[in-house]
Amino acid sequence: MSDSPSATYLPEHPPVTDWVHDFDHTDPVWTDDPFPIWETLRAASPVVHTERFLGCYMPTTYQAVKEIAYDTEHFSSRRVIVRDVRPEISARAPPITSDPPEHKPAKQVLLPPFTPDAMKRLEPRVRAICNELIDEFIADGHCDAAARYTKHIPVRAIAHMLGIPEKDGDLFIKWIHQILELGIKDENEMMSGVREMTGYFMAHLEQRKLEPGDDLISQLLRAKGPGGQPLTDEHVLGSLRLLLIAGIDTTWSALGSSLWHLAKTPADRERLVAEPALIPTAIEEFLRAYSPVTMAREVMKETTISGCPVKAGNMVLLSFPAANRDPAMFPDADKVVIDRKENRHAAFGLGIHRCVGSNLARMEMQVAIEEWLKRIPDFRLDPAGKVTWSEGTVRGPRQLPVLFSKNA
Amino acid sequence: MSKLKIRVDQDKCQGHARCKSLAPELFELDEYGNAHEVGDGTVPAGLEDKAWLAQTNCPEIAIEVTEE
Repeated sequence: MSDSPSATYLPEHPPVTDWVHDFDHTDPVWTDDPFPIWETLRAASPVVHTERFLGCYMPTTYQAVKEIAYDTEHFSSRRVIVRDVRPEISARAPPITSDPPEHKPAKQVLLPPFTPDAMKRLEPRVRAICNELIDEFIADGHCDAAARYTKHIPVRAIAHMLGIPEKDGDLFIKWIHQILELGIKDENEMMSGVREMTGYFMAHLEQRKLEPGDDLISQLLRAKGPGGQPLTDEHVLGSLRLLLIAGIDTTWSALGSSLWHLAKTPADRERLVAEPALIPTAIEEFLRAYSPVTMAREVMKETTISGCPVKAGNMVLLSFPAANRDPAMFPDADKVVIDRKENRHAAFGLGIHRCVGSNLARMEMQVAIEEWLKRIPDFRLDPAGKVTWSEGTVRGPRQLPVLFSKNA
Repeated sequence: MSKLKIRVDQDKCQGHARCKSLAPELFELDEYGNAHEVGDGTVPAGLEDKAWLAQTNCPEIAIEVTEE
C-alpha cells in the first residue's frame, strides 16, 4: 500500500439534485431527514442506483430488502459499509462479514452469551448505569440526552460484559466515530481506528490467557470453532471488533431517537408514564420507525431483485430503515403508533445475519426508557438547542438538548 | 373456538425472540436463542390471542398457526 497522500484522497460529494439516479446517504439533506427521500425513491423503483461509491444499488421496499437479505448466493457480506473506496479486505469481523458456509459456526460461538436469559443477568447492572448517569444531570433541569445519557449506556454495558473498565468507553466511542462516520470518506481515519482498537483488545486477550475469567473475552477464548479447534486470535479480535462497532452507536442511536420522539410527543410520553407495561411494544415501534442501522452487501453475481436487474461489482445499501417505512408492509408507515400490534419490522435485519445483539439492545432500551421515565417523566426539546443527527450507516441523534423540571 | 397448534420452522427461525417475549407460555429458546414451540405446540385455551400475536410479529414468518 502506498503512503502518498493521493492514495487516500477521496472525492468530494457534490450536493444531490437527482435522488432517484444519484442518491447519496452521506448528503446533509439525507442525514437531516431521510424519510421523504426514501418515499421518492420507493415511488420511482423497488431498486435504485447511484454512480457514487463506485456504483451502488439501494432496495427501497421491504420486499426488495428482504430478497437481498435472504440471498447469500448473489450478495456477499464481506463488505458491510458502503464507502467511497473498496480497499483490499483486511480487518474482518466475523460473523457479520462472513458468508455461508463460514458464517454459521462463527455466529454460533457468539449466540449463547446474548440470549434473553443472559441479558436478564446483565439487567441490574444496566439499570444501575442508567441511574448513575441520571444522577449526574438531574439537578440541572436540562441536559444533552445524547451526550450525557444514551451515549454511555451501551458502551458501559458492553465493557461490563467484556470485563474491561467501563471508563474505557470514551476510547470505544472515538474508534467507532473514526470507523463508521469519518471512515466512509477518510481511509486514514478508518485504519487508525481499527489499529488502535486491535492493539487495545490484543492486550486484553493476552491478559485473559493468563487469567481467564467468566467475561465474554474469556468465553470466546474457551469457545471451539469448526472442527473443535479453539478460535484463532485473529477470529476473536474480529468478533470483538464487531461487538464494539455493532453494539454501541447502534443502541445509542435507537435510544436517542426514542427519547427524541418522546420529548416532542407529549401524548405518547404521558401514556408510557401511565402505562409502563406498554413500553416494550412502544420500543418495537421506535425500532421500526427510527431504525438506526443500514447495512451493505456486495453484488457477486448478476441477478434480479423485485424485477430489477442488478450487476456484479456494485455495492448495495441495504436500508432496513427504509424497508420499515414501506406502506405496503406497514399501515400508516410514517406514523409512530406506540401500541402497534402487528410489527414485523426488520430493524435487526432479516435472515442469517440477524443482529446477534438484538436481545441486548432491547434490554438496554427497555431499561433506559423505564428508568428515564421514572425519574424524568416530563421533559421536552430545548427550543434554544439544536438536535443533530449522525451521518452515514447508523442514524441517531448526536445532540439532543432537553429541558425538564429541576425537581424531577 | 377451535383448538390452535403452533410450530416454529427451524429453517426460518433466526432467533429474534419476539415470540418468546410476546407469548412466553408458548415458546422456549434453546442455547442459541432460537425458538421452539412448547411441548407438541398445542395452544392452551385462553392463549389463542398470544399465539396469533407471536405469529404476526415474527420478522422471519417462521411461526405456523393451524386450527385443528
